[in-house]
Amino acid sequence: MHAGIIFLLVIVGSILFHIFTPWYWTDIASNWKGMDDTITLTFWVGGGVFVAVCLFMIYCVFRYQHKEDRRAEYKPEDKKLEKILTWATTLGVAALLAPGLIIWNQYVNVPKNAIEVDVMAWQWGWQYRLPGKDGKLGTTQVRNIADNNPFGINPDDPFGKDDIMVESDVINLENNRPVKILLRSVDVLHNWYVPQFRAKMDAVPGTVTFYWFEPNKVGEYEVLCAEYCGVGHYAMRGGVEVQDKADYEAWLGEQETFEQLSARYEKLNVDGNKLAKK
Amino acid sequence: MSDEYDNNKSYQAQSSEVMDGSTGSVNPDIDYVRPSEVGEQELYHPHSFIEKWVFCQDAKVIGVQYFLTAVFTGVVGLILSWLMRLQLGFPELAGFMTAEHYYQFVTMHGMIMVVYFLTALFLGGFGNYLIPLMVGARDMVFPYVNMLSFWMFFVAVAVLMASFFVPGGPTGAGWTLYPPQTILEGTPGAGMGILLMLISLSLFVIGFTMGGLNYMITILQARTRGMTLMRMPLTVWGIFTATVLAMLAFPALLVSAIMMTLDKVLQTSFFMPTILKAGEVLEYGGGSPILFQHLFWFFGHPEVYIVALPAFGIVSDLISVHARKNIFGYRMMVWAIVGIGALSFFVWAHHMYVSGMNPWFGFFFATTTLIIAVPTAMKVYNWILTLWRGNIRINVVMLWCLGFIVTFVNGGITGIFLGNVSVDVPLSDTYFVIAHFHMVMGIAPLMVIMGAVYHWFPLVAGKMLDEGLGKWHFWITFLGAYSIYFPMHYLGFIGVPRRYFEMYDSPYMTSAVGMNEFISIAAFIVGAAQFILIFNIIKTLKTGKKAEQNPWKANSLEWYTSTVPPEHGNFGERLPVVHRWPYDFSVPGAKEDYIPQTTAPSEVIHTEVEKT
Repeated sequence: MHAGIIFLLVIVGSILFHIFTPWYWTDIASNWKGMDDTITLTFWVGGGVFVAVCLFMIYCVFRYQHKEDRRAEYKPEDKKLEKILTWATTLGVAALLAPGLIIWNQYVNVPKNAIEVDVMAWQWGWQYRLPGKDGKLGTTQVRNIADNNPFGINPDDPFGKDDIMVESDVINLENNRPVKILLRSVDVLHNWYVPQFRAKMDAVPGTVTFYWFEPNKVGEYEVLCAEYCGVGHYAMRGGVEVQDKADYEAWLGEQETFEQLSARYEKLNVDGNKLAKK
Repeated sequence: MSDEYDNNKSYQAQSSEVMDGSTGSVNPDIDYVRPSEVGEQELYHPHSFIEKWVFCQDAKVIGVQYFLTAVFTGVVGLILSWLMRLQLGFPELAGFMTAEHYYQFVTMHGMIMVVYFLTALFLGGFGNYLIPLMVGARDMVFPYVNMLSFWMFFVAVAVLMASFFVPGGPTGAGWTLYPPQTILEGTPGAGMGILLMLISLSLFVIGFTMGGLNYMITILQARTRGMTLMRMPLTVWGIFTATVLAMLAFPALLVSAIMMTLDKVLQTSFFMPTILKAGEVLEYGGGSPILFQHLFWFFGHPEVYIVALPAFGIVSDLISVHARKNIFGYRMMVWAIVGIGALSFFVWAHHMYVSGMNPWFGFFFATTTLIIAVPTAMKVYNWILTLWRGNIRINVVMLWCLGFIVTFVNGGITGIFLGNVSVDVPLSDTYFVIAHFHMVMGIAPLMVIMGAVYHWFPLVAGKMLDEGLGKWHFWITFLGAYSIYFPMHYLGFIGVPRRYFEMYDSPYMTSAVGMNEFISIAAFIVGAAQFILIFNIIKTLKTGKKAEQNPWKANSLEWYTSTVPPEHGNFGERLPVVHRWPYDFSVPGAKEDYIPQTTAPSEVIHTEVEKT
């Protein structure tokens, strides 16, 4: 009976692998512990079903191996058994679905006090913008994008003037403060993903998408692009630095606003023209 | 279980119409089967070598043609996967491979395996060969269109393969072909490559529609006398439902391919918004990339079941025959197939939870997706309950079936992770997804294909494949494939994103290097093991043991043809008349442990057989 034994070893091996695996998720650094918990729950329920089904199958392989003088049972249907199994499965599935939907409800409802971070993606890099003192981001348009206006902010939008332009592929975030990530792309699909935060969403050209999380561990994290975006996809990295309030505000104070950036370019331009005239 | 046989009607006046050839009937009335309403199909018999083997109208030959062409594409897909695994496991040995190459291999591997290999193999291959034989027809109802269907597929494959040789190479857009990147510089093969891909897909859909109409209408209209729908083997039910799905789903693929071709060639903007590329605004505007994703997955999710349902059907028949037991809960199995097929049109956006579509869709699609788990689970229960109290032959065919159950349940369970919207958020676009869909719609259907090859080879070729080689083939494939995909889920937990040419400088990902090497080695071995089957087939054709008729002692009609292998027209002088379902195994009181579908009730009057 080699077959049954090998199948049994596969199942036992799978369980052992799961218990002793050195490969498992990274330490969570955001509020989405509920996602991890639902995964764990699904693992117990689903894994239990997997093991039970396989063990039953292996039992049958041992117990009902072919013998010339034996006949199988002849019983085309068992309504009662089928009914019990259907309802038990339905209940199990509902029990897994419920927490999933509850957490999704949290995921799509952004807390009011969340700070907005505008993430702009292109082939192949990231750029960030934060709202200024007015707490509002200026409207943008792809056609406005230029060296002196990397986000394409509409020049006559008063909300845009004080927007903070982060000229780096690393963004700093304040610890324990919810962030609403606004995602935009100027060319193709991208996805701003930090494994430790668990959350992700595609950036889609032509529209603005969003998601939110609350970082809860100070530290530096790597940003990966999680939606295939062409040949440089694998190299499209960025960074996040989660800081305490004081550090964060110090960093924020060093950043340039859109108005300052425009002025700097204007000056560059004027200087350049003067040079050219000479 | 019959939808045509009416117990209350008196058949006295019609008993003279009993023409099923049963002799010595005790009571002719219980053997009554309604006469056929139309005359027999006229067959066009081939007159030359070309008509017999090239432009052939015999569904069995067309089935073999489909099978061989699909297997050829499958071998190409396999070699591409080796190259990918070489890069992922041992990049130092893959110095010749650029990121462009890698993405082209990824894309072509995916598209080939899903569409040109699995779909063509199950429906074009097994569908053509088995449908007429199993429902008791002489051929498909439109043999000429059927022949055109294969040649259209052949041209589609030729166009696809040609894209390897055009300037820029084949498309490297990922098999999902998400715009805008698909048709923009920055994605390999964004010129000729993607155009040939779109043309090839369109040809495939056209060709497949010709075949699909044949499968549907043959099953609905050309069944032999007594073959009620509820007496059809589950193989036929699976292929039938899959074909209906394909007829409804493929048009979505066709229109998206046409729209994308227009976006590429005529600069229309179906899927293209305003785009800034290298500092310049392109001549696009107002299109929606997400619209493409909806169209693609409206095709793409039913496509999963277009592959899975025939596999479900076939594996049910294989398990029943080799466990010598009726399939448990036949009616439940039929309704589960139909129900899964219908539901599969309401779940497509579970591929798009983090696509940027309105997030409120998530509630609906998570619910529909998890509902599908219920009929699917019922099928699994019924397979193992068929084994329970069976009389199980542990031969090569059964091994593949058992391998299917393990891999399918494993892959099905991980589907519950991904379908459950908020659980999907951390796992989507990681290796968890790759592991899940390879397990559930790659390895599991492949197990069924292999089981089916070993099961029906004696019918197709008249010779028995070697069991010893078959066992080696099975164990290497099963254990190897399981050790590729089971650990791969854990890469996804770490957060390793898919479609990365190289990645492991991230601190928490360094531990993945060792696992990737292991997975690659397993992949090389599993791939190589498939050549055992090819060797086995060649060896068997040359020197193999001749198969007796019906070597597995099965009940369904394909084993009761006039000759083995069956000739054009399948059943000789007279079409068989069907009196029962194909699952009367181990009936108490019967002399043998099986009662063929053609056996009249009066011949087994002293058995405790249930009416079907």
